[in-house]
Amino acid sequence: MTEFLKATFKVNYLGFALDVDLKLPASGITVVFGPSGSGKTTLLRCLAGLEKSGTMEIAGEIWQNENIYIPVNQRAIGMVFQDSRLFPHLNVRDNLLYGYKRKPVDSRRLHLEEVMHVLALKNLMVRGIEKLSGGEKQRVALGRALLTSPKLLLMDEPLAALDAQRKTEIIPFIRKIEKELSIPIIYVTHSMSEVLQLVDTMVILKEGKVVKWGPVGKVFADIQLRNAIGDQHSGAVLDTTVLEHDTEFGITRLDFMGQELSVPLQSIPQGKSLRVHIHSKDVSLATQPPDGLTSVLNILKTKVKKIGENVGYSVDIELDAGRPLLATITRKSLSNLNLQVGQPIYAFIKAIRMIHDSERI
Amino acid sequence: MDIGTLDSGPIWLTLQLASVTVIILLAIGTPMAWWLAHTRSKMRVGIEALVALPLVLPPTVLGFYLLILLGPNGWIGGPVKALTGSPLSFTFTGLVFASTLYSLPFVVQPLQSNFESIGITPMETAASLGASRWDAFFSVILPLSRRGYLTATVLGFAHTLGEFGVVLMVGGNIPGKTKVISIEIYDRVEILEYTQAHILSVGLLLFSFIILLTVYSINKKLPVHVS
Repeated sequence: MTEFLKATFKVNYLGFALDVDLKLPASGITVVFGPSGSGKTTLLRCLAGLEKSGTMEIAGEIWQNENIYIPVNQRAIGMVFQDSRLFPHLNVRDNLLYGYKRKPVDSRRLHLEEVMHVLALKNLMVRGIEKLSGGEKQRVALGRALLTSPKLLLMDEPLAALDAQRKTEIIPFIRKIEKELSIPIIYVTHSMSEVLQLVDTMVILKEGKVVKWGPVGKVFADIQLRNAIGDQHSGAVLDTTVLEHDTEFGITRLDFMGQELSVPLQSIPQGKSLRVHIHSKDVSLATQPPDGLTSVLNILKTKVKKIGENVGYSVDIELDAGRPLLATITRKSLSNLNLQVGQPIYAFIKAIRMIHDSERI
Repeated sequence: MDIGTLDSGPIWLTLQLASVTVIILLAIGTPMAWWLAHTRSKMRVGIEALVALPLVLPPTVLGFYLLILLGPNGWIGGPVKALTGSPLSFTFTGLVFASTLYSLPFVVQPLQSNFESIGITPMETAASLGASRWDAFFSVILPLSRRGYLTATVLGFAHTLGEFGVVLMVGGNIPGKTKVISIEIYDRVEILEYTQAHILSVGLLLFSFIILLTVYSINKKLPVHVS
């Protein structure tokens, strides 16, 4: 992974301290995840240059250190906030062009036509700001930020104020920006479902400190992070590829690191990727393959990688299936199976949740 | 009824004084109000109290100290006299200076609450889009502040129109130079010319009422921008 962004920040407010040392990749969507008050927004403000502190380097360019400080308005960043922060005295077009006009002509890489197309803004252009819905406002705000031709897009809970319906409208656009315009995005959220749908890299922040960062699959499967991620989402995130559709049985077969998973029929073309989430409680373990018939379709060959600490009657097991997989079993089962680290084990998967992104839309 | 002796001089002088004062007040009141709205400095409360002082002080007190300050031996009047040959007391310039201080809260306070209600986020948003501070102020803050500026202008103007005590102390009563409407009214009453006093008073009353009415109705129509 080429390092794209290196930053150290130390901010001290009354009763709150942010102290981070970050190295983030040059592409994709990085989510900064954490409960409210963990310093997510402050971190974003530091990156934007709205808080003067620490050091920051982006694509080999120093934005701030002991001697250098590039002010906000001279940084090639785009910001999108929770409340769209469109200028109420300007119409959609003038809002979109506000940053564009202020960018020197020779550093404009994105232009109105292209951004209007990517974000489907054409029909909104003539409308006044107050006539836009929440989701439309966020799309215009996104477009306004993109038209400054940023090297980095910072998004501060951009979907938090929208209802579920509007969220699913916006998410494909965010994916599209990352893929088609290849602008790296740092995305702050406390919503796990947004994480699952968007992220490549994940940074978990707690009380102003980075608890863990890395590829989403790895971070998710870290059994020590159960509390940070929350019980409801604990499990593994796997990126799979569509192998084939079996219309007779209504099943789509997925390739996952050379092994197969079957899920209900999907409308995704063959060869395309599909991200799935497997809850740790939906994984049971067996030391041998079933010698008779079983109704369970999905069985993965794995190895025991780590055995977690006991939590009441249950315990988390981290498995290595080429990528990390997580299983929650009872302590009783643990002792029955007599699991050891490194031991081969069969994972019976009872349920798979599909996470769709722009591939479908 | 004899109105032949009524001279339009004081009316023009008053309008001139109020206009010049308001222009100066908007120019110095804007940075003051901006600072008061956004600073975290401990001096803020002190400055706020100082700005509000003319609201509660008897105009004669303010006028008295200004007279000393602007007079030939005053801190301001002295150097000015050395430079130009005459002090600031009993001059139009002196009146402008005094009116500016006297009407300061009427301009600074509405602007301050206007800036406070707009908040700092539009500035930050504009900065993230590449606008410098000045650029952001003129392209975003000013257009969002139309109500605030209208209120500040009208209150500053109307309040300067009606000042009496300060003007009398600092400017005296020199026709064509410092004799404004309020003093003219006082003079007419002194010499029992009630008719002329009535005309001027009713005029001032109607004028003040009409501009306030205009402001309030425009304010109702202007969109409110709250971030």
